[in-house]
Amino acid sequence: MSIDVELQQAAVRYKNKQKVKDRFISALIGIFAIVWIFPIAWTIWTSLRPYKDVRANGVFSMPKTLNLDNYAQAVSRMELPLYFWNTAAITIPAVFLTLFFGSLIAFVVSRYSFKWNVSLLLLFTAGNLLPAQLVFIPVFKMYITLGKAVGIPRILYDSHWGVVLIHVAFQMGFATFVLSSYMKTVPKEISESAMVDGASVFVHYSKVMLPLLRPALASLGVLMTTWIYNDFFWALVLMSTDSKRPITSALGRLQGEFVTDYNLLAAGATIAALPTLIVFFVLRKQFVSGLTLGSTKG
Amino acid sequence: MRSTAKEISKVSRRRAFSKTDRTTLSAFVGIPLFFHLLLVWIPAVLTILLSFTYWSGISISRIKWAGLANYKNIFFDTPAFWEAVKNNVIWLGWFGLIATPIGVLLAYQIDRQIRGHKFYETAYYLPVVLSLAVTGIIWNFLLRPDGFVNGLFGRDIDNAISFFGNYHINIYVILTIASWRHIGYIMLLYLAGLKSVDLALREASSLDGATEWQTFKKVVFPSMKPVNIIVIVITIIESLRAFDIVYIIYGSSAGFPILGTLVFQNIAGEGASMKGAAYAVILFVLSIGPIIAYLRTTFKSDVQ
Repeated sequence: MSIDVELQQAAVRYKNKQKVKDRFISALIGIFAIVWIFPIAWTIWTSLRPYKDVRANGVFSMPKTLNLDNYAQAVSRMELPLYFWNTAAITIPAVFLTLFFGSLIAFVVSRYSFKWNVSLLLLFTAGNLLPAQLVFIPVFKMYITLGKAVGIPRILYDSHWGVVLIHVAFQMGFATFVLSSYMKTVPKEISESAMVDGASVFVHYSKVMLPLLRPALASLGVLMTTWIYNDFFWALVLMSTDSKRPITSALGRLQGEFVTDYNLLAAGATIAALPTLIVFFVLRKQFVSGLTLGSTKG
Repeated sequence: MRSTAKEISKVSRRRAFSKTDRTTLSAFVGIPLFFHLLLVWIPAVLTILLSFTYWSGISISRIKWAGLANYKNIFFDTPAFWEAVKNNVIWLGWFGLIATPIGVLLAYQIDRQIRGHKFYETAYYLPVVLSLAVTGIIWNFLLRPDGFVNGLFGRDIDNAISFFGNYHINIYVILTIASWRHIGYIMLLYLAGLKSVDLALREASSLDGATEWQTFKKVVFPSMKPVNIIVIVITIIESLRAFDIVYIIYGSSAGFPILGTLVFQNIAGEGASMKGAAYAVILFVLSIGPIIAYLRTTFKSDVQ
């Protein structure tokens, strides 16, 4: 009896001790978290202040006015709508094609037992892991050569479609991998009954599997959108006309052009970050599950 | 007898596909495979071949065999290469010893649902969704000569600390910025892995009087082997491929050499030799190990 009481007391003591410790840890992580988001907060703060005010009174001065003038200025002077349009023209087709091609391969690999299934899956997954630097010289030459061959020099080089294609070729490796591991969790009986009913391969894919794949496609789509939106490398090396570049690549140049007007630049950067931030906060669940679908399998 | 039975089943399986189905299946595999091979694997092989040649990139007939000359040039006559290797090694050391462990630690604490864990998770993950172009601008606000940090130290423009220009400190400045993203990414990956660890296992260990640290070391960490490998692989790959943030800050100038930007530097422009291709191959060879480790971890169940 007394041993039990003593044990209980020890457990309570231990729990209390842990509680105090947890508070301390929580406070520490909290302070660290505030430091973490400070750079973003500072940028937003900067974007709300007029340049003249900062210039006269310094960055630490209390603001006389806070307004959205810098945002209006950024939109018109930096031609942000044009760059957003370029981004959309690259990101939307790239994400759709990646998901489409990825789902085709994943479907075949996970629903039919061919000898080469695992090799095919390995090929795609490994391809996705190759460094972009390793492929870009020949891709660049191919685009130029094709342009000369068909008589339209900018058919792929310096065009949105060229950037779309390279994104699709690379990212479909990841999409295939993620979607096939998702499809393996779908019971085989569903496919078997479809085949018994005499469904063709095409119907089996489009009417049976595709609807079941929707949650995975949504998660992957959200993740791919932010990746392709944020990409910097391909738009830089495969395009030469500034006015065709997506917003992420254009920012580098804008930074040089508006280097003195920090407040305007802060507003521009905030606007450029806005779509990904909205995606993150609104579709957070999909975003997180998309990322972890592919990485924590097994 | 047995072999004929096998034969029959094989035949019947083959017969299960009608002609249309066979065409559909070929298209399903063939079209994506065509684009993937054409734009990823074939160029990769071509780059490896080109790294053994001299070529200014203009006409194919002008390609000249160079043997190992590009590699010799890189290893023996390019000090910037060794500078870059040094920077990448420091990068890897920093990520491996500081950034990744912090990410894992944060994930572990947040997973225990300490007070405010939802907010913390968002705060740490926020930098990961920003593009590196935006990240570069944001940190420039803080670190430029008349920016926040110099202001905090009470330095005006004339005697400001040059965070990006001073060779003694710039690598740590860059690494701080890179970690700002990396830590959140690792945290999220690990957090997802932790969700799969049996809660009862952990409670049992804490009831046995194990400290938090012991529980983590002896119970949680070993049960997360696949995630641990993925996290290590990602840390190595990210350290080798570092490119964007350095390019954003330094452009293609040699202000801060790392392998990822050297590749870029020697490829672009009219006077480019295939030394750039050799850099790309070196980068690839260095990443083969982690790539294989990644594939082995993720494909373990498929191969068996």
